Amino acid sequence: MSAVLITTLIVSLISALLAAVITVTDSFVNNYGTVKILINKRKILQAKGGSPLLFTLASQGIFVPSACGGRGSCGVCKVKILTDVGPYLPTELPYISKEQMKEGIRLSCQIKVKKDLEIEIPEELLFAKKFKATVEKIRDVTYDIKELTLKLVDPQVIDFRAGQYVQLSVPPYDKIKEITQRAYSISSVPSQKDRIELLIRLVPGGAATTYVHYYMKQNEQIEFTGPFGEFYVRETDAMMICVAGGSGMAPIKSIIFDLYEKGITDREIWYFFGARSLRDLFYLDLFKELEQKWSNFHFIPALSNPLAEENWDGEVGLITDVLNRYLKERIEPSKPKEGYLCGSPGMINACIQVMKNNGISEEKIYYDKFA
Amino acid sequence: MNINPFILFFASILTSNILLTNFLGMCSYISISKDLKSSNGLGMAVTFVMTVTTVLNWFVYRYVIVPLSLEYLRYIIFIIVIAAVVQVLEMLIDRLSPSLYITLGIFLPLITVNCAILGVTLFMQLRNYSLIQSLFYGLGSGMGWWLAIVLLAAIRKRTDNAPAPVGLKGTGLTFITIGIMAMAFIGFSGMIQVQ
Repeated sequence: MSAVLITTLIVSLISALLAAVITVTDSFVNNYGTVKILINKRKILQAKGGSPLLFTLASQGIFVPSACGGRGSCGVCKVKILTDVGPYLPTELPYISKEQMKEGIRLSCQIKVKKDLEIEIPEELLFAKKFKATVEKIRDVTYDIKELTLKLVDPQVIDFRAGQYVQLSVPPYDKIKEITQRAYSISSVPSQKDRIELLIRLVPGGAATTYVHYYMKQNEQIEFTGPFGEFYVRETDAMMICVAGGSGMAPIKSIIFDLYEKGITDREIWYFFGARSLRDLFYLDLFKELEQKWSNFHFIPALSNPLAEENWDGEVGLITDVLNRYLKERIEPSKPKEGYLCGSPGMINACIQVMKNNGISEEKIYYDKFA
Repeated sequence: MNINPFILFFASILTSNILLTNFLGMCSYISISKDLKSSNGLGMAVTFVMTVTTVLNWFVYRYVIVPLSLEYLRYIIFIIVIAAVVQVLEMLIDRLSPSLYITLGIFLPLITVNCAILGVTLFMQLRNYSLIQSLFYGLGSGMGWWLAIVLLAAIRKRTDNAPAPVGLKGTGLTFITIGIMAMAFIGFSGMIQVQ
């Protein structure tokens, strides 16, 4: 018995000693004093150096979007750094293209702030805010997708463009000891300013989605930052071909209902929604009803594996095949078109290919990939 | 052991290469050797950490473990020391030599779990090396590891484009290459006795 105690004690003691050495070294070595960060040539921030740029900016109220929360696994938190901060790190390389390298685009979660920096970020990020909200409603729309309604508390209103997303902060829970940040598109319309809706699909093992599905309670306080994103409707007359799957419904729903509300109903819109079987489909009545009221809007839900007992009488097949068939047979080929896609990377890449094969140029295809 | 430190140094690079005769540190050896530049960085980092930890663990063994008769805890203590050293080194290099830090990059923290590092420390203790011997043994083993990974990376550059059967491509061919390299290195192992 005493041997066990002594062993534990000694190992703890040695660990504590080494931890102390690390802490002391850290406080000396990692102390870079106060640094200045010049943003977009006009805003100057003063912050403590030594942490990654992403967190330094966040501590000053500028929230660069990041889907993975700073682990360097999503490649979303790109910023342009005009100061020389050394060569690209191996952790950055998978996410930075050759063109971006020439411009000095870096992953802000991988760049440690060691000296004064000059950076450029999208102007909208200077306007993105941190919101406090309460969970007003959590509703099941399918067996694995929940519709979350958040009522804004502070600030009380949000201005965003249909198709943009927010970054939800999930508090520590169960075995997860840190705040998890994940991006979710807003599914409600911008005219509703006092609350937002999000669609959250359960990802097995996903830190944030597990929380929303099993731990989140009504009336709970939650924080998010936003709005972010370049996924919004371009103001042209082109026909819109929208494709979504699963919770990719969210931004497309916001976009379509926003257009309808604003009375921009002369653009022809085709909305393809892909699912496996009937139990994965949702908002069916909502869009069917809209289709009745709006002659230029066409809603095409398609099931890849409908079950026999479901008596599905709509389109059957992979969403790419259905899209291909419609583009070839049903949709006027000569009209200019724009693609709006939201869903898994696999689905988006396949749909881009189908659209390109049918004469929609890549610059006219806008998408929101789940990272 | 009364072996000349310089002989030990060359022996641990060539005839008793830690990687090719003891097969320690294989995991990163196989995964990183895909790329010559990364191999070089990792080899450098391993050499660096191996030298420092071997010497440090020599002191820890001599002045902490033996006096307190904690021999049965040596594995865990050695590992904790290695982990801590890597942490401190990472911070120091980042501050003192950012260019070296960028070269070593993500490899430094990876080394904590490289078994060749622990292996060298354990051999050092098992064979009762003196401080000078340990220093040269650590440095030599590290350089041996470095040499082995750079050699393999260079060979893989060729074999990747070789018209090999599909089933052999990649890891299969790498294993065969390592086997042949090991035979070449082991061939001279009788020349110098290091243990």
